[in-house]
Amino acid sequence: MPEWLTQAEFVIERDPERCIQCKVCVRQCANEVHRFDAELGEVFSDSDKCVGCHRCVSLCPTNALSVRQVELDFRSNANWTPQAIRNIYKQAEQGGVLLTGMGNPEPLPVYWDRMLLNASQVTNPSIDPLREPMELLTYLGAKPTRLKYEGGDEPRLETELGPQLELQVPVMFSTMSYGSISYNASLALARAASEVGTYANTGEGGLHAGIRPFAKNMIVQVASGRFGVDADYLNAAAAVEIKIGQGAKPGIGGHLPGEKVTAEISATRMIPLGTDAISPAPHHDIYSIEDLRQLIYAIKETTRYRKPVGVKIAAVHHIAAIASGAVRAGADFVAIDGYRGGTGAAPTMIRNNVGIPIEFALAAVDARLREEGIRQDASLVVAGSFRCAADVVKAIALGADACYIGTGALVAMGCHLCQKCYTGRCNWGIATQDPYLTRRLNPNIAVRRLVNLLESWRHEIKEIMGGMGINAVESLRGNRDHLRGIGLTDRELNALGIQMAGE
Amino acid sequence: MRIDAEGLHYRELNEQINRAVEEGETQFVLDHVLGHRYIGAGIGAGVSFDINGIPGNDLAAFMNGAEITVNCNAQDGVANTMNAGKIVVHGDAGDILGHSMRGGMILVRGLVGYRCGIHCKAYGERMPIMVVGTTAGDYLGEYMAGGMIVVLNRDDEQGSPVGRYCGTGMHGGSIFIRGAVEDHQLGAEVAVEPVNDVAWKTLQAVIAQYCGAFDLDPGRFAAEDFVRLYPWSSRPYGKLYAY
Repeated sequence: MPEWLTQAEFVIERDPERCIQCKVCVRQCANEVHRFDAELGEVFSDSDKCVGCHRCVSLCPTNALSVRQVELDFRSNANWTPQAIRNIYKQAEQGGVLLTGMGNPEPLPVYWDRMLLNASQVTNPSIDPLREPMELLTYLGAKPTRLKYEGGDEPRLETELGPQLELQVPVMFSTMSYGSISYNASLALARAASEVGTYANTGEGGLHAGIRPFAKNMIVQVASGRFGVDADYLNAAAAVEIKIGQGAKPGIGGHLPGEKVTAEISATRMIPLGTDAISPAPHHDIYSIEDLRQLIYAIKETTRYRKPVGVKIAAVHHIAAIASGAVRAGADFVAIDGYRGGTGAAPTMIRNNVGIPIEFALAAVDARLREEGIRQDASLVVAGSFRCAADVVKAIALGADACYIGTGALVAMGCHLCQKCYTGRCNWGIATQDPYLTRRLNPNIAVRRLVNLLESWRHEIKEIMGGMGINAVESLRGNRDHLRGIGLTDRELNALGIQMAGE
Repeated sequence: MRIDAEGLHYRELNEQINRAVEEGETQFVLDHVLGHRYIGAGIGAGVSFDINGIPGNDLAAFMNGAEITVNCNAQDGVANTMNAGKIVVHGDAGDILGHSMRGGMILVRGLVGYRCGIHCKAYGERMPIMVVGTTAGDYLGEYMAGGMIVVLNRDDEQGSPVGRYCGTGMHGGSIFIRGAVEDHQLGAEVAVEPVNDVAWKTLQAVIAQYCGAFDLDPGRFAAEDFVRLYPWSSRPYGKLYAY
C-alpha cells in the first residue's frame, strides 16, 4: 500500500507554444511547484504541491499557464465528497488536527442573498446622491437616552457624551494581527483606514512601531494572551476591543507557532523569539459577565475613560443574551463575528461546523437590545463575510451600526482565497513573514486598492440609500421595513424580523 | 499626598490620584481603602502608594512601574497584565494574581488564591517575579510563558503548598516550590528538577528581597528544600496539526 494517498487538487497546464522558459513561475511559487531543469533547459511543474493561488497564472508574461481544479479524481459519491476523503487520507498519514485558513467555504445558505432591498416608486421620491447631500457619517459608542441643553439663543449641550469613534463610511477593517499577516499588509490597512476616515484593528498581534503613527485610526485588541498589551498600547489607540471570540473559531484560543515568531513579531507582541504565542481559549480573568465588566472598567480606568471599549464575540447560540450581558457590562460597542468569518488559521472542524450565521445573530441581538431598552448603550458592529456594499446596506437595515471586513480587504490586496494562510507561504505576500514573499506586497499600491474599494462601496451605499429615498444612514439603521425575504420559511422570516417579498 | 477613601467611589478615588499624578505628585498614602478597584491602573514609574485597608479587584492593572504597599490583604486580580513595578502585600491575596504579568515584582506575605500567574510572560529586560509566602491554589502558572513564581511554604504545610493543574500548558519560565509536589498535581507540559547552583543564586536573591520586605530571616531557606518546575518544551503544541 502506498504511504501517500493524497492526490493533487489542481492540474497545471503549460502551453508549450507560449512558454518562453523565463522562470517567472519558478521564482514566484513558494510551494515549489515549478522547477527549472538546467540540463534540459526547460521548466517543469509538479501539480501535487499546487494550492491554487493563481500567482503563477497572474504573473506569467505570456499567459502560458492555467490552473484547473481536479474535478473527478474520486469515484463520485454525494456523501463521501473528495474533500472528506482527502481529509481522512491526510489525517491517516500525518495524525493531527486538520488546519485551514480563511472563512467557512461550505455550501451553507448565505442569508444576505435571500434578502432584497426596497426602492422608492411614485409615492415618495428617490434621491440622487450625485446632486443631493447624503450622510454616511457614523458614530460608534454609547449614546445618551436624552440630551440636556442650557442657554437660550445659542444653546449649549450639557449632557456629557461618552467617547465615540467617527466613521466616514460604516465599514472598518477587521481584526487581523501582525503575525497572521505581513507588516506591509498591516501597514496598508492602517494607512488606508486613516486616509478614508475609518478604522483598522490590530488583532492580538500588538501595535508595531511603524504603525503607531496611524494609531488614531486603529482599534487595539486585548485578547486572552495579552500580547503586546500595556498602558501605552491602550492609550495610543482610538478604541480598545476585548476579544472574547472569533467567528471562524468560537470557543477556542489562538496559536501562533514559534517558527512565525520572528524578531519583529517578538518585539511587537513582547514575547521571546521563537516561542509559541498561545492565546488561551478563555480569558482566565473572565469567567462571567461581572468579570467582563471588571476588565472593561480596568481598561476604561487605564485610558481615563477617553476611549470607547468594545467587546468582540463570536455568533453562537443564545447570542442575544450574551450580547445583552456585554452591553450591561459596559461595552461601548459589541462586535459580533458570524460563522463565515475569516482567520489565518483554524481547525477545519471548528471553522466549518461551529457558530451561527451573522444574519440571524444580528437580527436577534438588535431586537433583544431594543426590547430591553439598552440598544442606545452600545453600537453594534458585525463581521463574518461582507462581500459587497449591498451586504453592508442589508446589515445596517437589519440593525448594525457598522461592518468589519477582513477577507474583502485581503482580496482587495490580491488574496486569491487559496485558504493556505496557516502555511506561512502566501505567494501574494499577505499571510507570510518570509521577507522574500512580503516584498511582493507594495504598501503604496495596497493602500490605493483598499481606498478604492471603500470609496466605491461608499458610493454604492449612497446610491442604494438614495433609491430608497433615505438621505442619512441613521434613518436606514434597523429599518427592517426596507428588507424583504425570498425563499425563506416563516420561521426564518420571523427570526430575521422581516416580511416576505410581495408583502 | 494623603487621601481618605472612605465614602468615595473607586472612580472618584482614582480620578483624584490621576489628577495628582499629572500635577507631579509622587507619593500617596490611601486611608480607609475598602474594595476600591483599579488603584494604580496604568501608572508609571516614580509613583508610590501606601494603602491602608483592603484594595479591591484589579489593583495595579496594566501598571507600568509604580510601587504599591498594601498593609492588609488584597483581593482578586492584583497586577493584571502589569508591565513593570513592585507590589508588596502584607497579608493574603485573592485569585488570578499576576494574570498575564509581563514584568515587575509581587511579594505576598501570606497565601494566594486560585489561577495565579496564569500566562505570566517575560520579554527582553522584563522578567516578572511573584513570591508567595505560604500556599497557592489550583492552576498556579497555567500557560506560563516566562518569568518566575516562588512558593515559599513558610508555614511548612504538611502535604503540598500548591494545588492541582500546576503549570498546565507551561511553555516558559520557572516555578520554585518549597515542599512536596506530586506528579498528579502537575500539567503534562511540566518537568521537575532539583534546584542547581545557578538557579539557587537567582532564587536566593529573590528570597533575600522577600525577607527584606517582611523583615524575615532568609537563613531558614535552603536549596535542597525546593524543586524547580520548568516546561520541557517552548513549543508544547508544535506537533498538533496535520498540514
